[in-house]
Amino acid sequence: MDDLAPNLDQPQPDAREIVLRMEAVDKTFTGNVVALRQMTMDVRQGDFISLLGPSGCGKSTALRLIAGLMRPTLGRITWEGGSSADDLGVVFQEPTLMPWATVEKNVWLPFRMRGKSFVSVKDRIHEILSLVGLDGFAERYPRELSGGMKMRVSIARAMVTNPRLILMDEPFAALDEITRQKLNEDLLALKAQTNATVIFVTHSVFESVFLSDRIVVMAARPGRVIQEIDNYEPYPRGNSWRNSITYVEVAQRTSEALQSAIHPASEAF
Amino acid sequence: MTAFEDRTPSAGAEDRGPLVDAEEERLARRKRTEDIAKYALPIIVMVAAIWYWDRLVVWNEIPHYVLPGPGLVIETLWADREILFSALLVTLRITVLALLVAVAGGVGLAILFSQSRFAEMSFSPFAVILQVTPIVSIAPLIFIYIESRLVGLLLCAWIVAFFPVLANTTLGLKSTDHNLRDLFSIYRASPWQRLIHLQLPSALPYFLGGLKIAGGLALIGAVVAEYVAGTGGIGSGLAFRILEAGYRLNIPRMFAALILIAATGVIIYGTTSLIAHLALRKWHESALKRE
Repeated sequence: MDDLAPNLDQPQPDAREIVLRMEAVDKTFTGNVVALRQMTMDVRQGDFISLLGPSGCGKSTALRLIAGLMRPTLGRITWEGGSSADDLGVVFQEPTLMPWATVEKNVWLPFRMRGKSFVSVKDRIHEILSLVGLDGFAERYPRELSGGMKMRVSIARAMVTNPRLILMDEPFAALDEITRQKLNEDLLALKAQTNATVIFVTHSVFESVFLSDRIVVMAARPGRVIQEIDNYEPYPRGNSWRNSITYVEVAQRTSEALQSAIHPASEAF
Repeated sequence: MTAFEDRTPSAGAEDRGPLVDAEEERLARRKRTEDIAKYALPIIVMVAAIWYWDRLVVWNEIPHYVLPGPGLVIETLWADREILFSALLVTLRITVLALLVAVAGGVGLAILFSQSRFAEMSFSPFAVILQVTPIVSIAPLIFIYIESRLVGLLLCAWIVAFFPVLANTTLGLKSTDHNLRDLFSIYRASPWQRLIHLQLPSALPYFLGGLKIAGGLALIGAVVAEYVAGTGGIGSGLAFRILEAGYRLNIPRMFAALILIAATGVIIYGTTSLIAHLALRKWHESALKRE
């Protein structure tokens, strides 16, 4: 089901290179639990896609499938140009840092798994740390940082290798509202600087509209995509974006789509 | 004068002198008292107990072959120092060796278990059986089957000491954060990388907890094994000296040897605790002071 009223001012998105293709992907768990049904999605270079839906809608399952942590029951997930170990960066709901390692050693992890020595990538690590606003914290231990700062370390770790795709699984859900807004703004600034490709799982309508240029609304039982809403507002989006008419309008459409996902009866009209 | 009054606490604070919060004051006072008591109390109680022991012997005119006073025990410790300290060295050597082998064996087995569920299913019953069978009942058999007395003693001490290392380390290797595990999979870490960079650091606090227990148990294992092995002469440890002194009704020497064993146990515990503290102080909750 495509969005019925595409914004005609938007740049033509199809011109961009495809990074990842999901074709009719199904995932069924033991006991015939259909976690995801017939999910088809193209991810293009520079996309910022939000997967939005109630719990049980398969958004985390979709993320785990893309991450290669499980295989689809049916359908295909293909990386354009073949998959490699440098494809992915991941940010989980918790910061998921190694408590025994300093901030810079945590960010080193993806390089370390490639066999790169710390010295050879130290400059890059410090560069990304300053991009996420953690100048001067390189040698601190995670326990010395606030929740928001830990999340920044996690984001730095996901971006440090410039992966082709960054997956974020409700990264800011556990943070307080003020910290979350600040992190959302900083994430967009990062996105504008690096043109990273992001898939962002969330259950917040406002977060998805503020951040992403495509909103994929999903419904539960069985988990499936019910609507895709385009939201091609150029980056960086400042705080004024939150007050613009387009923002309010997209948020309203997204909200309605989410409502129909939660209460299927209302799909009737 | 304005219509609005400044009600912030700082206004007029100079007139009233520095603000004092009674509760905070009381907490601070209590903390100071506790800091002193932490060191003073154990010393006072210990000294009092020893004094009472001494008085008990004097008041009741207890003969020294029943209960020697603390003074006589110290005298004996000094007079018999050559016999006792060489015996201490023997026991200590077996304890430390057994502890080292227990650490190597316990960690090694734990790593094997963590890499293969089937290995764990197959061998963990043996570990449990070894652990629950009292060492005094296995030791005589060990000395029948094993020629070398040193190896027999080592084996006994090892059996007692290795289980806490194995059990704790196994638990620790499994207690890795599941998101970190996923992250390592996504980065396509090899099993070796996963072990070195994720599982071993996660297991470190658990291992160190096991080490603290194992240190004391290794000493107990060594002493019990000596009791069972029982042969004397040169190269016999503290436990044999206690047995021997008992046969000769040399009770002061028994006490002196006991004090040496207890002191050794305390030193081993202190050392393992220090190692744990140094290894964890930078990051682990157990080693952190609350602000």
